[in-house]
Amino acid sequence: MKLFKNLLGSVKPHFEKGGKLEKLYPAYDAFETFLFVPDHTTHKGAHVRDAIDLKRTMFMVIVALIPCLLFGMWNVGYQYHLAIGETATLVENFIFGFWKFLPLIIVSYAVGLAVEFAFAIYRGHSVNEGYLVTGLLIPLTMPIDVPLWMLAISVIFAVVIGKEVFGGTGMNILNPALTARAFLFFAYPIYMSGDKVWVHNAMVDGHSGSTILGELAASANWQSLSFNPFDMMMGTIPGSVGETSFIAIMIGALILIATGIGSWRIILSTFVGGFVMATLFNMWGANELMATPAEIHLIIGSFAFGAVFMATDPVTGSQTNRGKYIYGFLIGVFAIVIRVFNPAYPEGMMLAILLMNIFAPLVDHFVIQGNIKRRLKRANA
Amino acid sequence: MSKDIRLKKGLNINLQGEADKVYASIPRSQNFSIKPTDFHALTPKMVVKEGDKVKAGTCLFFDKYDERIRFSSPVSGEVTEIVRGAKRRIMEVKIAADSEVSYESFSLDAKASREQVIKGLLDSGVWPFIRQKPFDTIANPSDNPKAIFISTFDTAPLAPDNDFVLHGLDKEFQVGIEVIKKLTDGKVHLNVDGNTNPSKVFTDCKGVEINKISGSHPAGNVGVQVHHIDPINKGDVVWYLYPQDVLTIARLFTDGKYDVSRIVALTGSQVERPRYYRTISGASISNMISENSIKDGSNRFISGNVLTGTQISADGCIGFYDSQITVIPEGNEQEFLGWIAPGLQKFSMSKSYFSWLTPAKKYNLNTNYNGEERAYVVTGQYEKVLPMDIYPMQLVKACMIEDIDAMEQLGIYEVSAEDMALCEFVCTSKMEVQSIIREGLDLVKKECS
Repeated sequence: MKLFKNLLGSVKPHFEKGGKLEKLYPAYDAFETFLFVPDHTTHKGAHVRDAIDLKRTMFMVIVALIPCLLFGMWNVGYQYHLAIGETATLVENFIFGFWKFLPLIIVSYAVGLAVEFAFAIYRGHSVNEGYLVTGLLIPLTMPIDVPLWMLAISVIFAVVIGKEVFGGTGMNILNPALTARAFLFFAYPIYMSGDKVWVHNAMVDGHSGSTILGELAASANWQSLSFNPFDMMMGTIPGSVGETSFIAIMIGALILIATGIGSWRIILSTFVGGFVMATLFNMWGANELMATPAEIHLIIGSFAFGAVFMATDPVTGSQTNRGKYIYGFLIGVFAIVIRVFNPAYPEGMMLAILLMNIFAPLVDHFVIQGNIKRRLKRANA
Repeated sequence: MSKDIRLKKGLNINLQGEADKVYASIPRSQNFSIKPTDFHALTPKMVVKEGDKVKAGTCLFFDKYDERIRFSSPVSGEVTEIVRGAKRRIMEVKIAADSEVSYESFSLDAKASREQVIKGLLDSGVWPFIRQKPFDTIANPSDNPKAIFISTFDTAPLAPDNDFVLHGLDKEFQVGIEVIKKLTDGKVHLNVDGNTNPSKVFTDCKGVEINKISGSHPAGNVGVQVHHIDPINKGDVVWYLYPQDVLTIARLFTDGKYDVSRIVALTGSQVERPRYYRTISGASISNMISENSIKDGSNRFISGNVLTGTQISADGCIGFYDSQITVIPEGNEQEFLGWIAPGLQKFSMSKSYFSWLTPAKKYNLNTNYNGEERAYVVTGQYEKVLPMDIYPMQLVKACMIEDIDAMEQLGIYEVSAEDMALCEFVCTSKMEVQSIIREGLDLVKKECS
């Protein structure tokens, strides 16, 4: 600790006004405040402040993502060994997955943070913490074999077009992590869909790693799937790295809700919306996806992961409490609608959230108008 | 009809250093100062010069834009210094007190007409204790407010207990209330704490509406109470004052003196024996501090509470409206990886630090920001601590972009900076909410009047 302090103290003059590296001050500041909560004291307004800050908030989301991350790593190994017909121990599966997944995390953080730092230096403001979470969400929503250069491009796209052009963290309209995924999905669909990408080396070895949604879209009855509901709950199925285990996602949801970081309103209403819509489709039952029971719909694909980690992004979601119910409900509804009506790509969660990101300000607008009207009515009474 | 209002939103910050319910006696302070900066947006015009002799109740300065509003000396003595700040703005008028206080005499009759009562209050310098909402400025004597509000309890951290402070002063309080009743054609609302058993001084008070308010801070704030009892629409004015100031009015009408004696609580984690002191408004706190003892280290002295108070020096003076002094440690130290630590000693409304496991714990908070200012990211935080039907974040944003229409629509007339102090406290992005709201109010006032 003393060592860090001395080290920072010795290089600080170079970054301060008049120093050689003055322009790089935001980068220095980011490192210093990462290591030490700054010694800034209040000078106006409230003399004491809550202990929470944006770093802590983002850190708690990372903590909530850890169950998904660990399970996802293990599942990568498990699915691979299953596909090639070998048996491996729990530790072997995990270590296999760890080494496959680590490069994705490194590339995501390295590229994303480089862009963030560059913008912070260019604009002369401090580095915001938003990318700490985005940087982990992006690889978790990817297939394990996505080429690293593609990942890098999608990260750059997400940070620059998804966030920085609007002014940076807090100003963006679309969820940056989903922007990255949508970019890859539309730019390189072969690597992002079909039944050959979800298990390591499936493309090369030729073994199938079809997902539940893929099978359902190909008109398989939900009861004849190669996975039973228990697998779906546990997550021992092919899919994007972080999204397969409903249990791991729910542990994350509990952490987010218990700490007050994630909005329970959005999480709850997304599930309710999805359940209601799926139940309605059950009654219709025109194809296999429609006939799939509502509770199965909620635990397959990226529905749960999206509801817990993507829809709850406070920047791109609704900001009013009442709006959050509407926003979440409609995400659930649209996710199932897109799933059912789009046979080319049955996963609707990503598009449903991006769609509702666009409409969130409108939802808020109507909620706030209600408040304004109440006040006017009172004045005229 | 009296109301019983139960508020669910809000936040009590449990701090160490609550004042014990005992009085400590100290010699009367020699140094006093009246700070024009205590009165928002006031431009003072001096009446006295350095070296002048004054009595308690002698006019020191008046409002340049409304000469009727006068400000009096709290004690008799000599004006020693008129402290000026940037652009020659008057910051403080310092007075060295005589050993015996001599008073200007005012002959006032509590049975007089409304105009005569107002004139008496104005001439004596008691008027500034009466303030108005919206805008939190000194009441305009030409207005006729639709109601007058008195909050008999303060829910702010470590705030003095008015049940204790006004104990046994039933008669005096009632005299003051009779005078105040003359000032409005509407009702006088006396709001008592619904969480406790309030003092008879308040519950037996005659001729007023007694409303019960229960809930966490800011339930004791007048602004919150007005919102639930008789909300302010555009063009409405309500007046309000603090319980101890009702006594000042009573003393003016019974004794004919400008007597601003006041009971002040010395609180905060850095105070060895927090307790109550009998002193006078505007007195230097140095006697209190030396009678008690303050823990070592770098300390912040605040006139008022930790959320809305004003920083003063260790020999500074009590603010005009304050009846509390808080001393807390400064937080000018870096903390290694503080944002990752479990944080058992850290207080947060969120449950992101493990301190939520001990909800009854009392905290020793310092003045550290606990982070840096950021753009808005987290939503729904302000709503948890503002018990009003208002969208606080949207209102703050409207103030930031100076959109007066939006501010009016979102309820700017109903809030004060102090009502939003908790929003500032809990803000993850460390926004200066109180000054943003204050600037918003100033802008609306300037453009719409």
